[in-house]
Amino acid sequence: MPYDILIAPFLEFDFMRRALVAALALALGAAPIGVILMLRRMSLMGDAMAHAILPGAAVGFLVAGLNLFAMSIGGLIAGLLVALLAGVVARVTELKEDASLAAFFLVSLALGVTIVSARGTNIDLLHFLFGNVLGLDAASLVLIAAISTLSLLILALIWRPLVLECVDPGFLRSISRAGAPVHIAFLGLVVLNLVGGFQALGTLLAVGLMMLPAFTARFWTRDITAMILVAVLTGALSGYIGLLLSFHAGVAAGPAIILVAGALYIGSVLAGPVGGVLRQLFPKRHLEA
Amino acid sequence: MNAQLQFRDLTLGYDRHPAVHHLNGGIDAGALIAVVGPNGAGKSTLFKGIVGLLAPLAGRIELNGLKRRDIAYLPQVADIDRSFPINVYDMIAMGLWRSTGLFGSVGGNGRAQIHHAIEAVGLTGFEDRPIGTLSGGQMQRVLFARLLLQDARLIVLDEPFNAVDAKTVADLCALVQRWHGEKRTVVAALHDLELVRANFPEALLLARAPVAWGPTPDVLTPDNLAKARHMCEAFDAHAHECRVDAA
Repeated sequence: MPYDILIAPFLEFDFMRRALVAALALALGAAPIGVILMLRRMSLMGDAMAHAILPGAAVGFLVAGLNLFAMSIGGLIAGLLVALLAGVVARVTELKEDASLAAFFLVSLALGVTIVSARGTNIDLLHFLFGNVLGLDAASLVLIAAISTLSLLILALIWRPLVLECVDPGFLRSISRAGAPVHIAFLGLVVLNLVGGFQALGTLLAVGLMMLPAFTARFWTRDITAMILVAVLTGALSGYIGLLLSFHAGVAAGPAIILVAGALYIGSVLAGPVGGVLRQLFPKRHLEA
Repeated sequence: MNAQLQFRDLTLGYDRHPAVHHLNGGIDAGALIAVVGPNGAGKSTLFKGIVGLLAPLAGRIELNGLKRRDIAYLPQVADIDRSFPINVYDMIAMGLWRSTGLFGSVGGNGRAQIHHAIEAVGLTGFEDRPIGTLSGGQMQRVLFARLLLQDARLIVLDEPFNAVDAKTVADLCALVQRWHGEKRTVVAALHDLELVRANFPEALLLARAPVAWGPTPDVLTPDNLAKARHMCEAFDAHAHECRVDAA
């Protein structure tokens, strides 16, 4: 019986297997990025970048139809462009990075919706915004897996200066010029992972698999390595349970995955051992001095 | 003859308003010098200029035989994210950046150095504590341990003893003396004049323009201090263009 509920759907149906692999790969790549974004207090950055990807993907769609490669490249270019422009405006003018980023992503979003609605149908627009995790082909899977692999490798490479820039940016500036290139590489990874998630979950939901597991992890550990592990596991678990939920209850798969991630987050807010609500309501007796 | 650190008609400031005005002079290798002056006298600005975080409005700073990586800098208000999940050991280990670089690992030798640095600042036993749980004085000890590992030839300390207790000041001051003994150059901004008199053979009294510079007893006279207080008046939003000719 548990076999029928928990395992059989993936053995019997190709599309379920593909969706599961995609969700696992996305969790592996995106969750560590989400942890860093959270620790840098840039949690809304992912959201902004997800919007920024839209016009690029739309241009790809306009040129080549629902073509995986064209839409991904388009999205990647648009995302990187917005990240770079926002960074340049923030450094050159008085405007702070969050404000300049918000400006560019709002324009970008409007542009994207304009392009999609000029050519496509409402179905296309829905596909753009919320993805189609149950309709992934082999090429999409390869793309998602390649992006996850690449982002883990790059993350390992830039880990030390990245952490240093989070903890003590002034110190990094005083000993090295690596700060700016590392920051740009990291923004590139954010965009790359959102483009990967875009195929499966759409531009808007892709952020969910990046950020929600990171927030969840914060309630379970104070150690950054453990935090990343918990986040990856949470993301993977959300993908698995979300797909099962979608299969058995007939709800849309993408939102189901993010809703499970959301449920895990709320559960952690309540019951998490590190600063969770219950722990604060019923504190243990203080220790000896 | 050129000092290790030479200021030539140096003017530093923000938005054209000078905070350090026409400073000339040099700091020799191995010097132990205190920079003294009221708040707003330009001490922090001068230090930012020395470590290259602020470009001069006019004049220049010559670093003779010093590279950027030979300078260690402790800012007055470090923009450290104390809530970041990193422990004391890893925080201090960052001081080894020069030898490890971006990717290099911390070998057995490095671990021994880290161990000694932690011991030297009296934080043995605190290695695994997250930095968010430290007191202000303990955090300052962490930053000094990191400075120790940086093995710099010029050490720039911007008000390093603010808001720390007497014991911590004494311990950290001993480290400063140790650096002096190792022939490193130490420049520190300080407000505690007794501390300066007791520990720093040389002093620069700054009030945007230099008031006095030389052996500490000659610099920290009541006359000079009164003059410095007087010179450091309010910021003039409608100041005229400076007409002093470049030397």
